[in-house]
Amino acid sequence: MMKDAANTALLTVRNLRTYFHTFSGTVRAVDGVSFEIGQGEVMGLVGESGGGKSVVGFSILGLIDSPGKIEGGEILLEGRDLVTAGEDHLRHVRGREISMVFQDPMTSLNPLHTVGRQMDEVLRLHSDLRADARHKACVDMLESVGISRAAERLKAYPHQFSGGMRQRVVIAIAMLANPKLIIADEPTTALDVTIQSQILKLMRAQIADKGASMILITHDLAVVSEMADHITVLYCGNVVERGATRDLIETPAHPYTRGLIDSIPDTSERLDRLSQIPGSVPDIRNLPQGCNFRDRCPRAQALCAQKEPPLTPQHNGLMAACHFPLHPGERL
Amino acid sequence: MFGYLIKRLIQMLLVLWVVSVIVFLMMSFTGDPVFMVVPIDATDAEIAQARRLLGLDQSLLVQYWKFLTSLLQGDFGRSYVFRQPAMTLILERMPATVEMVLVAMALAVVVAIPLGVYAGANPNSRLSRIIMASSLLGISLPGFWVGMVLIYLFAVHWGVFPSSGRGDTAEIFGLRVSLLTRDGWHHIALPAITLSLGTMAILLRMTRAGMMEVSRQDYMKFARAKGATRRDVLYKHGLKNALIPVVTIFGLQLGDLIAFATITETIFSWPGMGKLLIDSIYRADRPVIVVYLMLVALIFVVINFLVDIVYTLIDPRITLK
Ligand SMILES: Nc1ncnc2c1ncn2[C@@H]1O[C@H](COP(=O)(O)OP(=O)(O)OP(=O)(O)O)[C@@H](O)[C@H]1O
Ligand code: SF4
Ligand SMILES: [Mg+2]
Repeated sequence: MMKDAANTALLTVRNLRTYFHTFSGTVRAVDGVSFEIGQGEVMGLVGESGGGKSVVGFSILGLIDSPGKIEGGEILLEGRDLVTAGEDHLRHVRGREISMVFQDPMTSLNPLHTVGRQMDEVLRLHSDLRADARHKACVDMLESVGISRAAERLKAYPHQFSGGMRQRVVIAIAMLANPKLIIADEPTTALDVTIQSQILKLMRAQIADKGASMILITHDLAVVSEMADHITVLYCGNVVERGATRDLIETPAHPYTRGLIDSIPDTSERLDRLSQIPGSVPDIRNLPQGCNFRDRCPRAQALCAQKEPPLTPQHNGLMAACHFPLHPGERL
Repeated sequence: MFGYLIKRLIQMLLVLWVVSVIVFLMMSFTGDPVFMVVPIDATDAEIAQARRLLGLDQSLLVQYWKFLTSLLQGDFGRSYVFRQPAMTLILERMPATVEMVLVAMALAVVVAIPLGVYAGANPNSRLSRIIMASSLLGISLPGFWVGMVLIYLFAVHWGVFPSSGRGDTAEIFGLRVSLLTRDGWHHIALPAITLSLGTMAILLRMTRAGMMEVSRQDYMKFARAKGATRRDVLYKHGLKNALIPVVTIFGLQLGDLIAFATITETIFSWPGMGKLLIDSIYRADRPVIVVYLMLVALIFVVINFLVDIVYTLIDPRITLK
């Protein structure tokens, strides 16, 4: 295993392609996605529903089930490719090196096992601790995600917890084995607003504490803009733009990113309907030639229908896939 | 919990009472048992005499009342044929049936669960298709035919298993049990296999359906994301969640096999209570049939109760109410 922290990112995803071969055609859910995450970094992965965010997360952990398949690309964890690694190696990676918090806290926990047993399972798999040490580690972790009377709660079943509590448990499970990377798939969308920010702060504190990295998946740019070091924007399984958080939010080059930013609800005018990007995500089973965004893009021109725009360097170190990118400060 | 037990007990008594009425009426409208006890050349006077002795000359209501009160006193009537208490006759034969059924059910579970889990977890594999096709055979082939084929192959053709009887038994707690002797196992094999095939197929299909449903759940993927082995994910996380319908069917099948193993017992001349039932029906041995059916009702009620308890052991969200 290569370990040259200076020039090796913790995780490098190169040209990842994950397809689902369904009866009604091939879904190119992730079609040539690349990004890098350094140690201790938080990357935001954003985009509308169906953009392929969750599929990227599951691909990294090797959890794509038939009819899905990783068709190509590399997922390098500290230089070692996970796409070609066998199930045995992946099992060792899952939970220990990379863990994941799922989108829906209500369904991630097994209803028939106690919370304690589900936490303990991680330590049994990934540590040599004895039962009492494992128990103590579980109690500590549960307390650190803000659950009081932890020793007692370990004996409870998931249905005895509220949604917010369950997501805390899931986060606790994801962090128990001190993974290097946590993939948090919309960890808060199912929760109400006050709990959302609590949980995000908690996750942020936890990973800062452990020096871990995180991929924060969300469709909410407001959330990532507070949390992430850099952002990757997905549309129809492609990276349309990526760059450092501040540059990307303040001076996006891609019209799609601009649209996402404009639809962030402004706290000062709460009552206004937020401006949505017009139109809807196309059916990715048969995408048109050229730019996938062109039916919804106010800047579209003839070239956009002919040629797919490649990801190219823009101002402020951003990368964007657009034939007619926005200049800094330009609006749609 | 206590309230639940009381409720269950009342339910149980109610069921038994209803069954007693139904059974009694059914018996009263089918055949005249007096001819089973009198000699062929009996005179009218002798027949009338026998009728009086059996209490058949009284009104239905009076007969039922007598029947019910003696039931409540633990007097379940005597067999017309064997002139022994009907209950004793049945209980004597019950261990033979129960042990055969237990072996059959154990066999069914041991085969059905792993195959069902496999077929549910790999619905598209070739092996799964073969398993499912075989299970369809298991459901549709009639037991008597399977029994006869097994006898032909294993007893007649290859001579590896005996075709009839119970073989040696050993006594434990006053019960005669075949499972304690080699010869007993030798004899129980074919009837138990015959009896188990249908249940095996049903349990397999239930397990598979449950596993297919469960496999789609997030907690299965989450368990994998934790790094659990495939085996642990399937058996520790998956199977338990798929088990409720399987347990339900298991309970029903268990009752059904104990109560109505008649055909298998007849084919293999297994001296169990199912064979007694058939013989009693042929001979219109009313008291035996009545007690038998009451006992069957009781068995079902008890199994149902146990199944309810098993539910609560599987799923913490289910409580006894
Ligand atoms: N098992 C599957 N079979 C077929 N298609 C799938 C499957 N899983 C995902 N897809 C498709 O892949 C595409 C990307 O899905 P994905 O779940 O990654 O979107 P997402 O960006 O996470 O959206 P959301 O914000 O709604 O979670 C979608 O078009 C989806 O329909
Ligand atoms: S390539 Fe054309 S259609 Fe696509 S985003 Fe850029 S301007 Fe719009
Ligand atoms: Mg998603």
